[in-house]
Amino acid sequence: MLTAQWLYGLAGCLVTGIGLGNALLGSSLLKRVLAINVMGAGVFMMLIAVAYRGPDLAPDPVPHALVLTGIVVAVSATALALALARRLDREQDDG
Amino acid sequence: MNSTTLLAFDALLLISTVSLAWASLASSDERRGVILFMAFGLLLAMAWSRLQAPDVALAEAAIGAGLSGALLLSAVRREPVGLSRTGAEPVQNHEKTDYRMTLRWTVTLLCAAFTATLGWAYLSALSFGPHDGLPRAIAANLEASGVSNPVTAVLLNFRAWDTLLELAVLLTAALGILALGKESPAYQPAGVVFEGLIRWLVPLLILTAGYLLWVGAHAPGGAFQAGATLAAAGVVLRLAGRHRIGLPAGIRLRVLMAAGVGVFLLVGLVLMLAGRSFLGYPPALASLLILVIETAAMLAIAATLVLAFAGGRPQTDVLANTAVKLEASTASGPGPARPAGSGGTSNDCIPEKKAC
Repeated sequence: MLTAQWLYGLAGCLVTGIGLGNALLGSSLLKRVLAINVMGAGVFMMLIAVAYRGPDLAPDPVPHALVLTGIVVAVSATALALALARRLDREQDDG
Repeated sequence: MNSTTLLAFDALLLISTVSLAWASLASSDERRGVILFMAFGLLLAMAWSRLQAPDVALAEAAIGAGLSGALLLSAVRREPVGLSRTGAEPVQNHEKTDYRMTLRWTVTLLCAAFTATLGWAYLSALSFGPHDGLPRAIAANLEASGVSNPVTAVLLNFRAWDTLLELAVLLTAALGILALGKESPAYQPAGVVFEGLIRWLVPLLILTAGYLLWVGAHAPGGAFQAGATLAAAGVVLRLAGRHRIGLPAGIRLRVLMAAGVGVFLLVGLVLMLAGRSFLGYPPALASLLILVIETAAMLAIAATLVLAFAGGRPQTDVLANTAVKLEASTASGPGPARPAGSGGTSNDCIPEKKAC
């Protein structure tokens, strides 16, 4: 087991946990969206750490492709969430 | 670099990353939180390049830190109080405060337990030892994939299905944003210095996007990074008060957004008609087909991200500012579904707005 692998992986777990807690307890919609993004970043961190195979071997490209896909899906979800939040706000202002 | 230095670097990087994640979410000021989140994203990009994942590092820096940050910041700009209202009703009695504290502690403890379990699961997964089945299979078939960058090969050849569906997710998000309302009011026109900057910056960003797209076949880069860079050009233009931000209006915008999924599907179906499996490229044509799909994907990604930054259906032109005000004063509920930016010139814009 490589040191870098478990160091980065465990940091990823920690970031995921921080994100989850804040997503559940967040005081505003924007903060919850932010927290979900942080949570996703933690998961990406674990995946990239798994893919790492030391300085001599090329890393595993499959988790890299998964994370790339994940980053794009995360930004789409963020954009949609913010659009929904904005609409919700407008409805509340009107009503 | 010797291993002690590297370990010290890892430790420093990880401590900063985790603290930034914490600080970003703990900050009571949302704008500050978002800016810390962008810093967190940039450090993550550094971590990815440390772990030999330059493709992901590029995407993280451009999308995770850059565009997500821009989206979140513009949401803060738009809603100084609005978005922070949820659940912030003043608490009247002690019973409610007690209940909230209990809830807070329970959730915190459960999250700590979750984190510990996750860490344990991660370490036990690692203890199975190195995995080299998939990397070996990919290395063996890389020759036939049409590209020499293994990440691009996985994304657009071996697991092309995933990427097709990812573009479908992106399109769904874009349709949701279009359906949810009109774009937010435009920014002030840029001053002299900013105007001078964008004259250099925008062509440079477009050039970089083209380069990233082309180079993705054999080095870190590809459609996502290129699309994000192209979208950054749109974001800069919008910040400078350029209203149209390079996006076409009406039906052409929709065609552009659907181009990624559309071209991908078309290639897959044509290959099926030619007697191959869905998206099973013939090796001789693979690199050309991948480039065609990636180009369409880049345009679709860029259009969607710029649209997301604008925050809704584009208004037709420079009169949009007045139009937004008019709309706010006349219409109270959601307006009728009007074909967005029905291609009109500035002349037919105002009456149209009045009508809705």
